[in-house]
Amino acid sequence: MLAPGIVLFLAFMAAPIVYTLFLSLQKKQVKGLGLGSGGRTTAFAGLENYIGSLTNADFGASVGRVLLYGLVLIPLMLGLALLFALLLDSRRTRAAGFSRTAIFLPFAVPAVISSLLWGFLYLPAVSPFYWVFDRLGWDVAGVLDSSTVLFAIANIALWGGVGFNMIVMYTSLKAVPTDIYEAAKLDGCTEVQVAWRIKIPIIAPSIVMTALFSMVATLQVFAEPTTLRPLTNSLSTSWSPLMLVYRDAFTRDDIYSAAATSIIIAVVTFAFSFLFLRVVQKRAFGQED
Amino acid sequence: MRTSFRVGAVAMAAAAALLMSGCSSPAAGGDTSAPVSLSYWAWAPNLDKVVDVWNKAHPEIQVTVQKQDGGDPAITKLLTAIKAGSGAPDLIQAEYQKIPTLVAADALADISGTVGSDVKSAFTDGVWNSVTLGGDALYALPQDTGPMMFYYRADVFEKLGLTVPTTWDEYAADARAIHAANPADYLGTFSSSDAGWFTGMAQQAGASWWGIDGDAWSVNVDKTPTQKVAAYWGGLVEEGVIDNKPMYTPAWNAGLNTGTQVGWLSAVWAPGVLAGNAADTAGLWKAAPMPQWDASAPATGNWGGSSTGVTTQSTHTKEAVKFATWLNTDPAAVAALVSTANIYPADAAAAQSALTTAPAFFSNQPDFYKVAADVAKTVSPFTYGPNVNVAYSAYNDEFAKAADAKTKSAFLAAVTNMQKITTDDLTKSGFTVK
Repeated sequence: MLAPGIVLFLAFMAAPIVYTLFLSLQKKQVKGLGLGSGGRTTAFAGLENYIGSLTNADFGASVGRVLLYGLVLIPLMLGLALLFALLLDSRRTRAAGFSRTAIFLPFAVPAVISSLLWGFLYLPAVSPFYWVFDRLGWDVAGVLDSSTVLFAIANIALWGGVGFNMIVMYTSLKAVPTDIYEAAKLDGCTEVQVAWRIKIPIIAPSIVMTALFSMVATLQVFAEPTTLRPLTNSLSTSWSPLMLVYRDAFTRDDIYSAAATSIIIAVVTFAFSFLFLRVVQKRAFGQED
Repeated sequence: MRTSFRVGAVAMAAAAALLMSGCSSPAAGGDTSAPVSLSYWAWAPNLDKVVDVWNKAHPEIQVTVQKQDGGDPAITKLLTAIKAGSGAPDLIQAEYQKIPTLVAADALADISGTVGSDVKSAFTDGVWNSVTLGGDALYALPQDTGPMMFYYRADVFEKLGLTVPTTWDEYAADARAIHAANPADYLGTFSSSDAGWFTGMAQQAGASWWGIDGDAWSVNVDKTPTQKVAAYWGGLVEEGVIDNKPMYTPAWNAGLNTGTQVGWLSAVWAPGVLAGNAADTAGLWKAAPMPQWDASAPATGNWGGSSTGVTTQSTHTKEAVKFATWLNTDPAAVAALVSTANIYPADAAAAQSALTTAPAFFSNQPDFYKVAADVAKTVSPFTYGPNVNVAYSAYNDEFAKAADAKTKSAFLAAVTNMQKITTDDLTKSGFTVK
């Protein structure tokens, strides 16, 4: 019964990973001017590519940027998602169906499209916002400037991310048996107390899961900065780790060091996720043991 | 299984029908073999319509254009196909600066033995040099060139009483006057996204970023000509009289149309871009030769321009070369390239008749192509190296930082960093660098 799954895993996960490992241990070797057939061969590189990636200042800087980006984005995104999920779940909410769809809808817009749309809104010369600021006589600095571009990107991710995470949390809230709430009510709990003392602890596993997914997604941010890059001087081709990988593989035609960087990113992401789960598991899943 | 058998049968019947019509057609010249079909990756707009002309006249060699997104994606795809060992087309539209990279990856076939000996005479030496890389091999046939010109809003110049700049000093003076008259207006912008644009201006100043010295490459980015160009633009950006935002953004497009961008240092293909982005300003622009460093020795650079190459995976090199030769040197084909695909052909002599009427957007300047032809004669030589891609992406990053910093010293530092990144990449790959 598992055969199709195993075959697919081997063909589309294991094989590419093994091939990437293989590539990461090679390098190209040029003879003479490197022109024509036989001008280039591949040679065994050992750990050269890994050392190159780890000592590359651009790589270090890109990791620093996405960590900061994650610190800005994740608490805000999950906080808003939780707030909206609790509001939708509260019995006094009106137009819940409409609100739920409205909050979820931005998630259905592909990141490239939303980045293009926001790109227009961010450029003072074509943005309706800046048109209004101008009429009001306010001098607002461009959000794509180097000091604020991180927030501009986080904002794009926020809209889609809140919708998705809200749905995950809301779904697990819906699975909570309502008699617990009735009991709490009889004991004199307010809505806020119910939310804080009952709902949040019960859905803690989903919150942990969304946090984990968000962290992985943050480390892999690519579409938003890549789409915005041509619009501004403040985004480099190595702004995020994956942009660096893309540049090395496809712009610089150095698939070998790109492979090594990919492996490093994968290992770090894995270690990070594992560590995070280790730390929060006891608290979040304690009652299930 | 059954479907594929049926498709196969239909295809065989179709092939047989084509074969028979081929036999009876005098155009086939007694060639009784099945028609050869060639695939051609190209991105120039309407190129497929020019190819249709060929297909009608040559039933024995049928060419299918597979439209590509643009110069960079097409090359990335081709390099991947070459690496994979299959999937490459027979023919590829390749920009001149990509040729060394493609040759280094063994993607382009040496067609020097197949091309007629009279073909060389159709092109200028500078263009021919970029498809031979200065050696005996021939890697592509030149298709179009992009000699750089200066485009300006004639109405604004007239209103402010400015003269068209013939030197870079005059250009700077005009930039100051325009920005002073209205702080929202700029004569131009320094774009960190367009490496080809900056390369063209360095070329005009006498730079040639790579060189071959025996078995070694040299990298000459951080030399006087490029430093001079970088210092000039850095100075104007620092002064604030030239904009520092990239070209080809929605904001820049709007600026051309509303008139906050009063000029554009561009290439001969600019009318097409202006017509698309600045439709409201039709008839207000004029083209002039580039401002000069030395007015007594006019020069310009190239921005853009591409060639037709035959890939190493093609099994029909002879037919592919025959088609490529027709496309780029036959007077009817070259005239169609001008009128249908809107490009400035490398074989300008063959397109003489098509190059008499100015583009519709420049109907106010009937001598547009005369100006262009004079400019095209002054293109300075330039050698591209095997890692243009690396140098260009270094340009994007380093000059983005410099444009953001808005200081002349940052512009000069960007040139130094470009030199270092480009050289380091060559050394890392095992090239001998002198």
